Amino acid sequence: MSTVFALEGIVLQRGASRVLDGADLRVEQGERLALVGANGAGKTTLLRALVGLEKPLAGRLVAFGRPAADEADFRPVRRRVGLLFQDPDDQLFCPTVLEDVAFGPLNLGETPQAAFATARATLDRLGLDHLADRITHRLSGGEKRLVALAGLLAMAPEVLLLDEPTNALDDANRARMLELVAGLAATMVIVSHDRLALERLATRAVVLQGGRLEPATIHRHPTGQPTLHIHGLDDDHRHELELAARTGS
Amino acid sequence: MSRDHLASLDPRTRLLGAFALVLAVLSVDGPAAGLLAVAASFALALAAGWRPAALARRLVHVEGIMAALFLVLPFTTPGTALFHLGPLAATSDGLLLAFGLMLRVTASALIVLALLATVEPVRLGQALARLRAPMRLVQLLLLVLRYGALLRAELRRMREAARARGFRGGLSIHALRSFGWLAGMTLVRALERAERVEEGMRLRLWQGALPVAAPGRLGRVDAGFAMGVLAALLAALAGGRS
Ligand SMILES: Nc1ncnc2c1ncn2[C@@H]1O[C@H](COP(=O)(O)OP(=O)(O)OP(=O)(O)O)[C@@H](O)[C@H]1O
Ligand SMILES: [Mg+2]
Repeated sequence: MSTVFALEGIVLQRGASRVLDGADLRVEQGERLALVGANGAGKTTLLRALVGLEKPLAGRLVAFGRPAADEADFRPVRRRVGLLFQDPDDQLFCPTVLEDVAFGPLNLGETPQAAFATARATLDRLGLDHLADRITHRLSGGEKRLVALAGLLAMAPEVLLLDEPTNALDDANRARMLELVAGLAATMVIVSHDRLALERLATRAVVLQGGRLEPATIHRHPTGQPTLHIHGLDDDHRHELELAARTGS
Repeated sequence: MSRDHLASLDPRTRLLGAFALVLAVLSVDGPAAGLLAVAASFALALAAGWRPAALARRLVHVEGIMAALFLVLPFTTPGTALFHLGPLAATSDGLLLAFGLMLRVTASALIVLALLATVEPVRLGQALARLRAPMRLVQLLLLVLRYGALLRAELRRMREAARARGFRGGLSIHALRSFGWLAGMTLVRALERAERVEEGMRLRLWQGALPVAAPGRLGRVDAGFAMGVLAALLAALAGGRS
C-alpha cells in the first residue's frame, strides 16, 4: 500500500491563531479517513493545506511520494486530488450545471466536445442528468452540493477531500450522497459532524485537537439505545455520564 | 406569433432581433411613425407574456428620464415660440422633438423588455459568446451575473437579519452606523468570496478557458421571427425615405 499524504510536524497560522501546531498524519491509498474535531479546530484548514491553499510555517508535507511546498509542487497534486468545499457556492461559478461539470475535464486537456461528453456521462452516473441545463445559482443548496461533487468526479480524482459532504442535505439527498460516496473507489479524507455518515463511510478516524492529530475510534456500545461516538483512543469512556444525560433529558 | 412561439425563440435570435428592431425604431421620424412603433412594440411585449400593469411599472423609470427632456428641449431648441417663461421661450419644434424622442425611446424599451427581459440573463451571455462577442467580456458578464445574484442574496440576508432584531433604519446615528457595517460587510464578503472562487478554479486547474455549452439549433420560429424583423426594418427604411 502506498502513502498518499504524509504530514510531519505541520505548523500553520491563520490570522492570529495557530491552527495546526505540530500535526502528523498519514493517509494511505484506498482508505477512507474520518477527520473529526470541534468547530474551529482547523479541519477545513488542514484540507486546504493538503492541496496547497494554506502554506505551513514549519513541517513537511509529502504528497504521492514527493515533498510539496510551493505552487509548482502542488499543481500535479491537484490533478489527482479533488476538494469538495464546505460552501458549494464557492465551487460552482459557471452559468449552467453542464458547463460547470465540464470545466475540470476541459482544464485536464480534453477538447470541448470531449469535456461536455465527460460532463454528461458524470451527471448521468450520479443521476443528476435532469439538472444539466439548470442555471447554477438557481439550484437549491443540496443540489449545489451534489453538482459540486459531480464537478470533481468528472476529473476522475484518485483522492477526494470532502468537507462536510452531508451538511445541509435533506434525508433523501443525504442518503443519495452517502450511497454515491460509498460507491467510489477513491481514497478519501472526510470531515463531518455527521456521525452516522462517518460510521458508514470511514475505515479509520483521527481527531484534531489543540492543533494536533490523534487516532480516534468510531464505535457503538451495546447500551439500551446504541449511541455512536467518536473519541481519542486513550480518552476515558464516560458512558455512565452519557447514559445519565440521556435518561435525564 | 403566439406567446409559446416567442418563448421558444433562441437567445441569439432575441439579441440580434432586439438590436435590429431598436435600430429600426430609432431611425423612424415624426410622431405618427413613432406612435406606430410604440403600438407595435407594445403588441410584441404583450405577445411575449408581459402583463400591461407590470409593463407600466417598468416603463415609469424610463419615462422619468424622458420627463427631463420635456423640461429642457422646448427651451433649448430654436423655432417658433409657443409661450414664454421669464426670459425663456418654449418652442413648438422643441416640444415635437421631445415627443418624438420619447416615443422612440419608449418603443426601444418595450422591445428590450419583450425580447431580452423575458429570458435568463445568463442565456443572453451564452448567446453573446456564440455570436463571437469578445470572450473576456462575456466571461466578465457571466461572472457578474453569477456572483451579483449571490451578493444580492447576501445583502438581503443581512438586511433581514437586522430587521429581525428590530432594526428600523432611519437617520439616527445608530442607523447610519448600522448601514455602514452592512455595506462594509457586503464588501468584505464579496472579496472573500472572490478569493475562494479563485482558489476553487485553481484547484480544478484553471488555465484561462471557460466552457460554453454547444448552442441549440435555430428553428422555424427563429426563421419566422427574423422575417418579421426584416419586414419591420424595411418598413422603417421606406418610412424614413418618404
Ligand atoms: N479566513 C480566516 N482568517 C483568519 N482566521 C481564520 C480564517 N478562517 C478560519 N480561521 C480560524 O482558523 C481556525 C480554524 O478554522 P477552520 O475553518 O479550519 O475550522 P474547522 O475545524 O473547519 O471548523 P468547522 O467545523 O466550524 O468547519 C478557527 O479558529 C478560525 O477562527
Ligand atoms: Mg470547516
